[in-house]
Amino acid sequence: MAKKPTTKKNTFKKTTKSGKVAARRKPVKPKVFKATPDELKDFYREMLMMRRFEEKAGQMYGMGLIGGFCHLYIGQEAVVTGIQSTLKYGDTILTSYRDHAHMLACKIDPKVIMAELTGRETGISKGKGGSMHMFSVEHGFYGGHGIVAAQVPIGAGLGFAHKYRGTDNVSVVYFGDGAANQGQIYETFNMAELWSLPVIFVIENNQYAMGTAVRRASSEIELHKRGESFRIPGEAVDGMDVLAVREAAARAVDWCRAGNGPMLLEMNTYRYRGHSMSDPAKYRSKEEVQKMRAEHDPIDQVKQRLLDGNIMSEEEMKAIDKEIKTIVAAAAQFAQDSAEPAPHELYTDVLVAE
Amino acid sequence: MAKMNMIQAINSAHDVMLEKDSSVVVFGEDVGYFGGVFNATEGLQEKHGIQRVFDTPIAEGGIIALAIGMGVNDLRPVTEIQFSDYIYPAFDQIVSEASRLRYRSGGEYWAPITIRTPCGGGIRGGQTHSQSPEGIFTHVSGIKTIMASNPYDAKGLLISAIEDDDPVVFFEPKRLYNGPFYGDPKQPAQSWENHVKGEVPEGYYTIPIGKAETVRSGSDLTIVTYGTMVHVSLAAAEMSGYDVEVIDLRTLTPLDIDHIASSVCRTGRCIVVHEATKTGGFGAEILSQIQEECFWKLEAPIERVAGWDIPYPHAFEWEYFPGQGRVLDAIKIVMEG
Repeated sequence: MAKKPTTKKNTFKKTTKSGKVAARRKPVKPKVFKATPDELKDFYREMLMMRRFEEKAGQMYGMGLIGGFCHLYIGQEAVVTGIQSTLKYGDTILTSYRDHAHMLACKIDPKVIMAELTGRETGISKGKGGSMHMFSVEHGFYGGHGIVAAQVPIGAGLGFAHKYRGTDNVSVVYFGDGAANQGQIYETFNMAELWSLPVIFVIENNQYAMGTAVRRASSEIELHKRGESFRIPGEAVDGMDVLAVREAAARAVDWCRAGNGPMLLEMNTYRYRGHSMSDPAKYRSKEEVQKMRAEHDPIDQVKQRLLDGNIMSEEEMKAIDKEIKTIVAAAAQFAQDSAEPAPHELYTDVLVAE
Repeated sequence: MAKMNMIQAINSAHDVMLEKDSSVVVFGEDVGYFGGVFNATEGLQEKHGIQRVFDTPIAEGGIIALAIGMGVNDLRPVTEIQFSDYIYPAFDQIVSEASRLRYRSGGEYWAPITIRTPCGGGIRGGQTHSQSPEGIFTHVSGIKTIMASNPYDAKGLLISAIEDDDPVVFFEPKRLYNGPFYGDPKQPAQSWENHVKGEVPEGYYTIPIGKAETVRSGSDLTIVTYGTMVHVSLAAAEMSGYDVEVIDLRTLTPLDIDHIASSVCRTGRCIVVHEATKTGGFGAEILSQIQEECFWKLEAPIERVAGWDIPYPHAFEWEYFPGQGRVLDAIKIVMEG
């Protein structure tokens, strides 16, 4: 049985006595999130896991064990880590093709992710989805979508279902700065606000839509403003700082759980690697990448806080790194030891009945 | 003559037309500054200016609709949809607008647009980077559909497409960009360097739309195919021990049925080969027209070799891809019953 709604949310637009639509309320302005030592440690471990996993995926691609397309998340770890830390059981997320880290954030076993990347029968989508198309309903992860922006309206649908069932769960839908120019995003914004759907739109603005810088393809480059004419509140966030992300995400989640409708978060972040493994990233300078790495790296920032607060020593952090590397190596080995799917699987899961 | 791969030939076609006709404009995702994800437009913005070669946002519906409006207002837009798997947001504009403007305005106006789009598999792209959706477009009246199989044809056909006054969807099998592919992934990658179709004139020339080409002559049976499968079929023909004729359609619609029929009526046997899924595929239309034209000359039922009726899988690329083995099996059935 579904729980009754805990909030007294109205499905209809807020109107004043004069019949005009009331001014949109904005969530209260942020305070910096004060992480406990344990929370900081968790952030460190999670982000390091993502980075080591992606480094290994890059290596495996280089070795020919992963074929086709493979989009690494290196540099953007703070975004999904901060947001995911505010979610609870029953919340759902979905994202684009740059999805490996989102799955790790959903606590999905690295083994079955790596096995999917390498197209093995033990992969989370039986090897049939590959790097861009992975799913785990059990973990609230609804993909992994290869078509730019296609996941966004689907995210609104998930949000609709949460509301329909009377839960206070939220739907988090991640998309990139490139996707933000697709028409279907704006159809979705309108519906999400019109029906006050509990959807958090997270724009992971890593500054480049494949090879095209934001300013080359966007008339309004402050992407958090993109929801304004739909009355969706938006906020720009330092997406390289996991604590800033966490703080903004927590407010957005509260806003949505309370039945206020959708919210838009623009996470200003940066990918260190090319758009995919086959992209030499000749559209930007090495210096630009180096500067971001040196000055804004999300893992280094947490590391520094751990050291400054005397929460962990360099040695303890090295031990964690070693442990993570072991887990990732085991995942890679698991993938390589797994069989490729049997050919009869070609025709399974096309339609409901065999 | 210059040596060109398919990317260079396509780039050259753009260059020639930008030079020749000031109404030609080129645009799409990553097309300008970056030069295209496959480098098909590399250097063109630098040479011809940002007014004529430019980047668009990721918005396929908008890209095609914009092109239609430009075309109606006397420009000659050449657009790139980065992968044909991305074309679906533009489907409404292509079907409801581009293809019907001439008809519904009683010939008053039309949109001379070219939509280039890389298609096909063989690069482990999985379901969103490997599709062959040509059959969806061949079903639409009012547009022309082309699929080139080599650099020489690609350039000549693309120039024809740009000069054509009707909307043209121009498919480029991306597995062929750097070299012919004979369907065996274990073979080392081939280049266009030593291939006769890698010899491409540097200047202007055209290949007429609507004309197929016999790429191998034979008397035992006819293989009708296009795109990547031209090369796979040629390899299978070579291995089969039979005297196989292979026809590269080059243009899908309008279909050069006369060319096909004269071959099939002569050989009496036929196989239609394409990479796209079988059910409702363009092969069914080809087969049907052959049957209308050649029924009384046929010595055996016509066979089809196509992709399986499933989404393009990630893991079983070579089980899915209709390689030489499946073409050889079909040859055996058609020749030996």
